[in-house]
Amino acid sequence: MIVAEQKPLDEIKNLLGDSQRVLVAGCGTCVTVCFAGGAKEAGILGSLLRMAAQLDGHPKAVTEVTVQRQCEWEYLDAIRDQVESADVVVSLGCGVGAQALAEHFPEKVVVPGLNTKFMGLPAEHGEWVERCAACGNCLLGLTGGICPIARCSKQLLNGPCGGSSHGKCEITCGDSQPDCAWQLIYDKLKAQGRLHLIMEITPPKDWRTSRDGGPRKIVRKDLKLPGTEIKE
Amino acid sequence: MSDTNGSPSNLEMVLKSGQFAVTAELGPPKNADAKAVRHKAGLLRGYVDAVNITDNQTAVVRMSSIAAGVLAWQEGLEPVIQMTCRDRNRLAMQSDLLGAYALGMQNILCLSGDHQTFGNHPQAKNVHDIDSLQLVQMVVGLRDRGRFQCGEEIKGTNPCFFVGAAENPFADPFDWRPYRLAKKAKAGADFIQTQMIFNVPRFREFMQRVVELGVHQQTRILAGVGPLKSAAAARYMRDHVPGMDMPDAIIERMEAAGQGIEDKNLRAAACKEEGIKICVETIEQMRDIEGVAGLHLMAMEWEEAVPIIASRAGLLPRPNFSQESAPCPAPN
Repeated sequence: MIVAEQKPLDEIKNLLGDSQRVLVAGCGTCVTVCFAGGAKEAGILGSLLRMAAQLDGHPKAVTEVTVQRQCEWEYLDAIRDQVESADVVVSLGCGVGAQALAEHFPEKVVVPGLNTKFMGLPAEHGEWVERCAACGNCLLGLTGGICPIARCSKQLLNGPCGGSSHGKCEITCGDSQPDCAWQLIYDKLKAQGRLHLIMEITPPKDWRTSRDGGPRKIVRKDLKLPGTEIKE
Repeated sequence: MSDTNGSPSNLEMVLKSGQFAVTAELGPPKNADAKAVRHKAGLLRGYVDAVNITDNQTAVVRMSSIAAGVLAWQEGLEPVIQMTCRDRNRLAMQSDLLGAYALGMQNILCLSGDHQTFGNHPQAKNVHDIDSLQLVQMVVGLRDRGRFQCGEEIKGTNPCFFVGAAENPFADPFDWRPYRLAKKAKAGADFIQTQMIFNVPRFREFMQRVVELGVHQQTRILAGVGPLKSAAAARYMRDHVPGMDMPDAIIERMEAAGQGIEDKNLRAAACKEEGIKICVETIEQMRDIEGVAGLHLMAMEWEEAVPIIASRAGLLPRPNFSQESAPCPAPN
């Protein structure tokens, strides 16, 4: 899933400026599951913004709505009336959802209420970890199902570097050291009797499939509707 | 191993002659002062076969390793240019390799690079377009295949470096390290410099496996050693340097060296003397380990210790093949 975190309230307040009518738009998919931007969080943020505006002496009309997926046009069509009656929309979707709103309602001011962090999973209750960097050419078949692009701090393909110690990476993220991805890869492949997979030198990666090749796009001719133009 | 088109470097000649090689390290200054490099080079000249010029070591901005390498060579000290994968992509690295060779550099050491969060620009974006193994392959490809990494032919002079890589025998997973070293040899590394060794029995264990795999016949391994200045430095290495194996016995020796000495300067001198003693003892043990072809003597910001250690460990005089290698470019 896409994992996100809510921005500090002061930052969101500043983004709203003097706008009177505010719509907080939640999203029912990834950010609901990671407790950052679902219906519940939209309700809480709406209340906080109302209270803050009251305390500041400039009350605002704040409403909330949550769509199933902010990143698809058809779900956005369903909230057209609420969007059009607001001066500003605070998107509690990920960066994709916020941009979809802004693109679908070009006259409307859309501001982000979240910081989109990564693609990952909940490792335990209240803790999410990154698992995929969307490099566009999956290596997991060679690395025991553990991604060195997303999980090695240096994205090594022939690791681990000399900083691997007791299963941990040499760097500190936040207040802890992440696991050494290459220790995990080694342990997994050894246990599976498949160390031969990393005995060979992995050649340099073609990063064109990643963000380095520019904004990415997939065209599936088989899924195109009849009569639509096919651009590649 | 290399079959260079150009003249071999002094380091290559020493290693190929079968003599026990000695390299040291020179950290460029955090400013644009050429004199600082020349001064350090002067301290090391004649006592080592070549000197590594670090590349923004510990991810702190310093004078470029290539520029400082040229300055060192002008002082008569053969450089090994360190190149990390942290700050440059494959275009910039190859461009710098062409430039370094054009300026007379002949040795290169290929490294991943310390993570930028350890340095003075933790906000920086890191590159890691390729890793250290792939860098070895790329430099070897420029030399032996006369081709850029993309496969395109180099028309005209190709850079013929003597190519080195590093390995940390003490990092985890310990069992995997000899195989990773074997991958570096397979990638074409002519020589290997190891992390600093304090735990000699552990290093012996590592080397035994390396020899069993026959890797010592595919590349030349220089054991990393260095003098400690104080017990505090030893403890810092144990606690804060990733992948460093510092036995308690070494720390205790360093602590005992300073005990009972009231005068601060005398105490520091006694500790330094003990550090040098430990280093010399370690060197003596390295000479007996099968597969060790030489030493990499790291005395960071303590270059004065190198001649003392080299002398006491019986490493002098150094052979000099520089007459037979490419002449040093005269400063203009």
